[in-house]
Amino acid sequence: MTVTVNGKPMELPAGLTIDELLTHLKVRREFTAVALNREVAQRSRYAETRLRDGDKIEIVHPMGGG
Amino acid sequence: MYDTSLWLGGREFKSRLIVGTGKYPSFENMREAIEASGSEIVTVAVRRVSLPGQGESLLDFIDPKKYVLLPNTAGCYTADEAVRTCYLAREAGLGTLVKLEVIGDSRTLFPDVLGLLEATRTLARDGFTVLPYTNDDPVMAKKLEDAGAAAVMPLGAPIGSGLGIRNPYNIKLILEAVTVPVIVDAGVGTASDAAIAMELGCDGVLMNTAIASAKDPVAMATAMRLAVEAGRLAFKAGRIGKKLYATASSPLEGVPEWTS
Repeated sequence: MTVTVNGKPMELPAGLTIDELLTHLKVRREFTAVALNREVAQRSRYAETRLRDGDKIEIVHPMGGG
Repeated sequence: MYDTSLWLGGREFKSRLIVGTGKYPSFENMREAIEASGSEIVTVAVRRVSLPGQGESLLDFIDPKKYVLLPNTAGCYTADEAVRTCYLAREAGLGTLVKLEVIGDSRTLFPDVLGLLEATRTLARDGFTVLPYTNDDPVMAKKLEDAGAAAVMPLGAPIGSGLGIRNPYNIKLILEAVTVPVIVDAGVGTASDAAIAMELGCDGVLMNTAIASAKDPVAMATAMRLAVEAGRLAFKAGRIGKKLYATASSPLEGVPEWTS
């Protein structure tokens, strides 16, 4: 399946969970949040939230700003 | 000297200076400057992580146990984007104290006050402590307070401009118009600008570029800390009235005569 992660299309195994995606991308969990198709994904449900073809994912964290 | 603390969202702060974390020459320099500023609250932006994940993170240099993080919604042009960004920040563990920005124009970065008001209402209802970045407009400041803002943050001048407090009279009017804290956010260029904001009676000052882009950010952060303290003290002390002509400080009587 193809999902868009932070604006970039990625080819990923079907049925991948958010938890597995974060591990696959080596994303640090602390102070990180995920939006799935514009909705905030609950941290406690990463392991059971499966991605589907065409999903749009945003993974964010704090950066320098004013 | 007797002084009250700054209260935001039920939390007490001794420092009245809030600083940003952007534009520093290095994370190490940022950490030193923030330390020198004496600030207890630091602003952060919420942005995409670089992929694949990398080692260094902003929060390796700012201890979230030592500082209260204030995520902003910089770069949001609609109320919807700003609200979603705050939800993301909360889920990321950055808390519910937010600096709300809804930008209306990319050249001036002036706020879209209609979107700002809508987002303030939504977030306040959802339990956020909302600090909206707004125009120096007393009418809008009052509307934001009524919508649930925990403080109002009027700009002194455009973000990053360093032009200082362009309309001190409007800042004064905002101080009269609302009961929540007034924090000047944006426009400060140097220490005297911060002092002026505090002398007017503002409850705090928020700045980023003035410190981070100074030749020596650590020295400027120290200057800003002192300026905010000096301005606050001068406000509490109660300044003298302004007069056009001189009033002698020395007695007029008892001046010796030298005429022969």
